[in-house]
Amino acid sequence: MTMTIDTRRRIYRRPALLTDRPTHYCPGCGHGIIHRLVAELLGEMALGARTIGVASVGCSVFAYDYLDIDFVESPHGRAAAVATGVRRARPDAFVFTYQGDGDLAAIGTAEIVHAAARGERFTAVFVNNGIYGMTGGQMAPTTLLGQRTTSSPMGREAGLAGYPIRITEMLALLPGVAYAARGSVADPRAIGRTKAMLRRAFETQLPGGGFSIVEVLSTCPVGWGMTPTEAMEHLAMNVVKTYPLGVLVDRLAANKAAIAGGAGTAGSTAGEA
Amino acid sequence: MPVVADRRQPAGAAAEPVRPVLMKGNEAMAEAAIQAGCDAYFGYPITPQAELLEWMARRMPDLGRVFVQAESELAAINMGLGAAATGARVMVSSSSPGISLMAEAMSYMAGSEVPVVLINVMRGGPGLGSIGPSQADYFQATKGHGHGDYRVPVLAPSSIAEAVELVPEAFVLAERYRTPVMILADGVMGQVMEPVVPTFRMPPHEPGGWELTGADGRPSRVLRSLHLRPEDLEAHNRTLQAKYATLAEREVRWAGEDLDDAEIAIVAYGTAARVARTAVERAREQGMRVGVFRPISLWPFPSRELAEIAPRLRAILVVELSAGQLIEDVRLAVEGHAPVYFHGRTGGMVPTPGEVLDALRTAWATTTAVAARSLAEVDARDEPDPLSLIEQGAWVALGWPGAAPEFDEELDPIQLIYR
Repeated sequence: MTMTIDTRRRIYRRPALLTDRPTHYCPGCGHGIIHRLVAELLGEMALGARTIGVASVGCSVFAYDYLDIDFVESPHGRAAAVATGVRRARPDAFVFTYQGDGDLAAIGTAEIVHAAARGERFTAVFVNNGIYGMTGGQMAPTTLLGQRTTSSPMGREAGLAGYPIRITEMLALLPGVAYAARGSVADPRAIGRTKAMLRRAFETQLPGGGFSIVEVLSTCPVGWGMTPTEAMEHLAMNVVKTYPLGVLVDRLAANKAAIAGGAGTAGSTAGEA
Repeated sequence: MPVVADRRQPAGAAAEPVRPVLMKGNEAMAEAAIQAGCDAYFGYPITPQAELLEWMARRMPDLGRVFVQAESELAAINMGLGAAATGARVMVSSSSPGISLMAEAMSYMAGSEVPVVLINVMRGGPGLGSIGPSQADYFQATKGHGHGDYRVPVLAPSSIAEAVELVPEAFVLAERYRTPVMILADGVMGQVMEPVVPTFRMPPHEPGGWELTGADGRPSRVLRSLHLRPEDLEAHNRTLQAKYATLAEREVRWAGEDLDDAEIAIVAYGTAARVARTAVERAREQGMRVGVFRPISLWPFPSRELAEIAPRLRAILVVELSAGQLIEDVRLAVEGHAPVYFHGRTGGMVPTPGEVLDALRTAWATTTAVAARSLAEVDARDEPDPLSLIEQGAWVALGWPGAAPEFDEELDPIQLIYR
């Protein structure tokens, strides 16, 4: 008598917090991947029921159509201020903003800097694709030098339009920033690392660690004038030269290490990363 | 509908009569908000409302409530949006230039139906203007601050005691109609000290079923103003407009003084109405039957109520701390049933009762042949010939601007306040 043992294992499914509907994003856009990472983590960390998301203005404003959690829509650039209000009014909630580079690094620069300076306990999921996608592919503050956009048709020239902003590095200088990192969606390995960064950023928020931000380098094939494959290659080969990947600051770990190395109080190392 | 305050004695003080205390307008409004159950306050320093922010900074953290001094008025009002989105009772305050920065968020809050109370302690404009009192933001407050089809209820206090009553009233309107509400005060209302009976009102605060609290055992909620499909946005706009129609029907507030036998009504709000009241007393001493029609809700404007009395008036005099903004709503309301005169000062200047009296005499003297009888009465009291006043004061009848008349410095409120 032969026994059949089912060795199949389900390794892929739609996360419960990701709604079952086709997205409006263009083919090859990175938002779908990043939405999925957020949905997976909120599910894995059992945060969905107490999460309030802040949607910003840009392609990703419709994040609330795809993530099945409470969401408030912010005016353009003001997501970090709106998140501050949400956080202060509801200390028990899990709060994150989902912002593009135009929203966070141009029109919302003041709000993100001061939220970070105050150490507001929320996470900014900062999607940087170097372009204003929703309005048709204009130059963003993050657009690479030489990159052609509809508003830098000859390519971005520093003398005319300045240099790309590495805002996550700027924010990492502030003591209120508990965690800052930059990942990418260029390939599965990079996506896995980005997910780990987002997890760490979310974990940082929970015990009152402070402000956390994960910049995720993403693609805009339509805005870049490339096929989805070309866009991913461009991201992996070129974009990362201006925006190096990695963890910029992890003060919670540093603080914990300092506490552990110093007094050695019982329990002080609990949950050490 | 007059404001009916639901005054309550503070706990433990039921039997003792509550003695009035002298409070500065900004501080009284801040304390009224605290006593009304304000959970969160966000602001940014600007004269002449800075004491409101400072009062909140002192009081709110001690009470375990939220106070944040924001990096800008843009941030302050959006923090308000975020906090109110969770169902917190929220107040934000500023003065004119800061309110301009908040205009964007007012549009978003109207669109996504988020209730926030915003106080504007108006100062002179345009631009950086002055730090003196002004009513030059009437258009901004009543005709929309930001873009899109929306309305915001606007309440204008004319005394510190009334401001203390209107703050909880503003929270009630904001929550009942899920809308931002503005309290339109001016620099005098913010800076002056007046007796206030420290019995404050705390309206009940029931959840409305729309607040963002985390989708725990219920479907997720989204507060949004974006509706990309024109069909959807039009449907949303229809809902909003129906709400505004209800507001306009039910939430009109105004006060009248000496209107029963009045032949001239001064229409004025806020500090201008205070000046008008003094002018009316003097006018009556001189035999002119004059009253004050004082809108408290600037939107919805008491158009019907004003239209009802207009036909029996020989003139209306609008007095403002502006170049003439309220006067447009007055003219729309009376539809030509009474001639409408204007007297205004701008830039932080406040009209004196003497100026208003001059304007009243001009209006009295120049209106209709029917007025001859009344003119004779005035002449009989050995008053100066009203017709000569027309020569001197013609600019008043023609409206702003003109040579400023002489006035009694002792009676200029701004001199008293900023001395």
